Amino acid sequence: MTKEDVKKIVLNIIGEIAPDEDLTQVKSGLRLRDQLELDSMDFLDIVMELRKKYGIEVPEDDYSRLESLDSCGEYLHPKFMQKGVALA
Amino acid sequence: MERTTGSIDGNHYETVIIGAGMSGLAAGIRLAYFGKNVLILERHNAAGGLNSFYSFQGRKYDVGLHAMTNFVRSGTKGTPLGKVLRQLRLERESFDLSEQKGSRIIFPGVELQFNNDFELFESEVIRAFPHEKDNFAKLIELIRSFNEVALDNEETSARVEIAKIIKDPLLIDMILLPLMYYGSAQENDMDFSQFVVMFKSLFFEGFARPFEGVRQIIRVLLKRYKELGGQRKMKCGVKQIILDKDQVKALELDNGDTITADKVISSAGLVETLRMCSDHPTTTGNDNIGRISCMETTTVLNKEPSEFGWEDTILFFSDQAKAEYACPKNLVDPRSGVVCLPNNYQYGEGRTLEEGFLRITALANFDKWTQLPEEEYQASKKEWHQVLLDKALHLLGTKTIQDVQPHVITTDIFTPRTIKKYTGHLAGALYGAPHKTRDGRTPIKDLFICGTDQGFLGIVGAMLSGISMANLHILQPSS
Repeated sequence: MTKEDVKKIVLNIIGEIAPDEDLTQVKSGLRLRDQLELDSMDFLDIVMELRKKYGIEVPEDDYSRLESLDSCGEYLHPKFMQKGVALA
Repeated sequence: MERTTGSIDGNHYETVIIGAGMSGLAAGIRLAYFGKNVLILERHNAAGGLNSFYSFQGRKYDVGLHAMTNFVRSGTKGTPLGKVLRQLRLERESFDLSEQKGSRIIFPGVELQFNNDFELFESEVIRAFPHEKDNFAKLIELIRSFNEVALDNEETSARVEIAKIIKDPLLIDMILLPLMYYGSAQENDMDFSQFVVMFKSLFFEGFARPFEGVRQIIRVLLKRYKELGGQRKMKCGVKQIILDKDQVKALELDNGDTITADKVISSAGLVETLRMCSDHPTTTGNDNIGRISCMETTTVLNKEPSEFGWEDTILFFSDQAKAEYACPKNLVDPRSGVVCLPNNYQYGEGRTLEEGFLRITALANFDKWTQLPEEEYQASKKEWHQVLLDKALHLLGTKTIQDVQPHVITTDIFTPRTIKKYTGHLAGALYGAPHKTRDGRTPIKDLFICGTDQGFLGIVGAMLSGISMANLHILQPSS
């Protein structure tokens, strides 16, 4: 499990939440909100899907850590490692 | 099995939702999707609440839905319809929406056309009210920049706010009338946030209808809820919410069963829900019972409306420059209302409804209707049906009823009494209580309100209400 894997996981989740968004051009260093039409309901869903699929908790105070794919990788990677999530 | 038929006595649920209308079903889908043990209770045998349908003499009639507001075309993002589809993980195509042909607001001596392209309405306003051109632009700017869905907006009068910008009282009434008819629980006014919600949903966005009517949407929601493992019990109302101080201890059901829940979301209405609570007197909320109720008549025809030259989708009308939107003194007030022709949507090649439908809605007095003895009730229904039909034909440009009468297959009529029966709303209040609980909270800490009395409006609004309340109070605990 690498940070790149984590980014892929997040991107897949966004694909499920917002199937009408084109994700092929998303730049991992830029804020997701600036590249995609995502609102606070969608960000809540990213958090909810992380919990549902991987048992990973993101407290409300940390939502801002999910602003870009890079920051998602940084913030979520240790959580995934701790959970011992293995990629099939 | 999603539709519980066995006994649920003694069961415990993470969340119980009261009411299988649009908001309750949407809340249920959210909760079931995220693995909550959720039960929806519905007193009737049909889902949909105010927006439902029924069969009578082999014909299916829609209740509620004239038009689904909030329609936007595929690819338009950041609007309520898109949010609902995303949140419920539904395909846009599943609702099978077709756009309106065109609608009108008709007042004495002046009319405004509109369709799903805002430019038409804008140009109509400028044509009919050239002296208000700049002011109307200012109003539009205010509406565009206003965050109407913020849950902490203060309640203010739309009439007062609009009058600060628009000077011509006729234009104010012409803008307000359709918005009030499609969602105001207050007489002759609405809350400004509600006004913005409605303005965007009717004029910026627009009208659409599933080819099969409201049952298409209900079917999609029920299927989604079922495949996610949500449970639902029909013909099972809540008799009493048993409290322990400011907490829900248990729910006593109509059949005598008792169940428990961590949290309860009710779409039964604010006052209605509080009155279910064991320690609340039956007078709770007496000052917050809606007075807006209506009568609706449906005339079924053996011809398409366009064959009579009727091309409109929806007509909003007022006989008076100062439109009246209030509980009438008589059984019905025919001076203003809505005419709806469900055939007049762009369903596409080869898709025409089997029969022609002409629906007419006007405000009605709940007390007067419920006081009538049965025989007089039936006679009054027929009498007012005729009054409203004459009115609609006049507006549609048909000179005599004789042109239409031979083509009438059947008619059906509902009154405030019917609304009370199907929605449980006190006084048959079409849009619930005049004062809403925007954040869905009640004095009881694990009891929340969604739907009409939370205050998002229309079918899309109702779904968004259920979603928002499920998110805010169940899925995203603020602790």
